[in-house]
Amino acid sequence: MALVEVRNVHKSFQRDSQVIEVFENLTLDIAAGSFTALMGPSGSGKSTFLNLLAGLDRPTSGTITVAGAAVNTMSPSALAKWRARHIGFVFQSYNLLPVLTAAQNVELPLLLAPLSKKERAERVRIALGVVGLEDRMVHYPRQLSGGQEQRVAIARAIVSDPTLTLLDEPTGQLDKKSAQEVLTLLQRLNDEFHKTIIVVTHDAHAAEKAKQVLHLDKGVLAA
Amino acid sequence: MKIPLVYNLRSIAHRPVSTAMTALGLALVVAVFVAMLALAGGFRATLARTGSPDNVVVLRRGATSEMESGVPRESARLIAADPRIASGADARPLVSPEVFVVINIPRAVGEGVNNVVARGVNDEAFAVRNIHLVAGRKFASGRSEIILGKKIVPRFAHTAIGDTLRFANRDWIVVGHFAAAGSALESEIWGENEQFMPVFRGEVFQSVIFRLRDPAAFDEVKRALEGDQRLQVQAQRESAFYAGQSTVLTRILTFLAIMITSVMAVGAVFGAVNTMYAAVSSRTPEIAVLLTLGFAPRSVLASFLSESVAIALLGGVAGGLLALPINGIVTSTTNWNSFSEVAFAFRVTPGLLVGGVIFAVVMGLVGGFFPAWRAARLQVVQALR
Ligand SMILES: Nc1ncnc2c1ncn2[C@@H]1O[C@H](COP(=O)(O)OP(=O)(O)OP(=O)(O)O)[C@@H](O)[C@H]1O
Ligand SMILES: [Mg+2]
Repeated sequence: MALVEVRNVHKSFQRDSQVIEVFENLTLDIAAGSFTALMGPSGSGKSTFLNLLAGLDRPTSGTITVAGAAVNTMSPSALAKWRARHIGFVFQSYNLLPVLTAAQNVELPLLLAPLSKKERAERVRIALGVVGLEDRMVHYPRQLSGGQEQRVAIARAIVSDPTLTLLDEPTGQLDKKSAQEVLTLLQRLNDEFHKTIIVVTHDAHAAEKAKQVLHLDKGVLAA
Repeated sequence: MKIPLVYNLRSIAHRPVSTAMTALGLALVVAVFVAMLALAGGFRATLARTGSPDNVVVLRRGATSEMESGVPRESARLIAADPRIASGADARPLVSPEVFVVINIPRAVGEGVNNVVARGVNDEAFAVRNIHLVAGRKFASGRSEIILGKKIVPRFAHTAIGDTLRFANRDWIVVGHFAAAGSALESEIWGENEQFMPVFRGEVFQSVIFRLRDPAAFDEVKRALEGDQRLQVQAQRESAFYAGQSTVLTRILTFLAIMITSVMAVGAVFGAVNTMYAAVSSRTPEIAVLLTLGFAPRSVLASFLSESVAIALLGGVAGGLLALPINGIVTSTTNWNSFSEVAFAFRVTPGLLVGGVIFAVVMGLVGGFFPAWRAARLQVVQALR
């Protein structure tokens, strides 16, 4: 049984009288320990796909199972709990709360786990160490570069050791070099820590770091 | 576990101007609320302090105040003979048949006159009422002399010792100033009852006040006095008598305080609603992040509610501080039972201040609820588009 099982998913959006079909019949598996780059033109449904996996949105029909849980049937509060345990998520921008330090931002998901203050501090230190920002613990987001901010966001996405880490264009706002660094970091997380990662990117060169690349076009997958 | 409070506190600190404006709106409401209740509380406390549970006030049956009352000399003598009346140092019974009239005398500042109580008493009255002189001496028996309650002194003209006050077609020399533990008696003019009686209302006292030997014997004394057909009087504990005088005005003041502050509170709550809606909409992406991390919608609700309450607490404390300086300021009002002036001080008590802060918190909760509700109901997918 694959970690992620998407079966016959149909997703459409209703905007006024217009119906936008994103996925008509999507079926795919993603194995535990894989590192997938998701590519495709704008509007092809990449963000929608990640949102469905994270339970931030629901399919119109079809089933989505992540780590054995039927994501498409859970209640909002059950989803919140489940997400805290199983999903790490990084957005393209606006990831960090500006009034909290890097360490406090990374600590947030740990507040949802039964950990002591000391354990949390230790985990925050390790996670920021993994992304190479151990020395930036007490800095606020505005004191960090765009690439550093995204690395803090990645540290936060992995700090609670989630089953699945999803990144929606984490390098969209970054220059080539910072983007490469982030992808290299993801590669390391997959290699060394066996994290299951799905990353959306527009950069074909960066996508090469992934173990597999999926192309979405008009809601249809092409390997 | 909840979203850390430091997130809200720092967010508040990041918009100091809007926070300060909102808090100030709440502070003003709290200040007015505290001030008005301090007024009502001060008035009530002054009258409550005036009466002692050990003393009994005897009035004509059916009289609701000393003004309406009349007790003939003979009745006063019969009352004074009751063995349950305590006796003083010289073994004389502690009973004071009193003349009570309202006169008007010129104010110290500005034109015009004000009503004050003139009370004719005997020598025992000082022991019965716990009066002591703060300046000068007692009025001498058989002389046209008066002493003034210390709250009268600064508020009216010709009140210094040696001055002459003219009322009832006679000149009265001020020979002393007295204190009465902050009670309403400090707003009275005292002279000898035998001097006041002929010039005011003739051969009749208005009340008889006496000290009980045993305060627990009140019911028995009351039954005896009211049952005596020769007397036609009613007896009340002095404490209950003065507390009764304060209830009407205290109720009106409290009612006004609640009315006025409610109207103001509506305005302040709208201010809070506005501020919190602005906070929620400008932080939509942050809320989306929190929800994505797995914080439950109700944690988001609690987080924004606590932010609103934190601002309200700030306002509540500021409002209390604004109101604090009025504590002890002396003002006066007409005692509606005697239509004479009673001076009293605003009383800002710790309980009132706590009440003001609680009031602010309630306003914060009310004002914060709908914005916080909106934050909690946010759909991440919509919020990030
Ligand atoms: N909440 C929504 N309401 C209406 N239409 C939506 C909504 N979300 C997405 N869509 C539409 O669904 C389609 C897929 O959107 P999606 O954001 O998943 O694309 P994407 O591949 O992530 O594009 P991009 O590369 O620009 O981020 C688009 O046509 C978009 O307009
Ligand atoms: Mg997208």
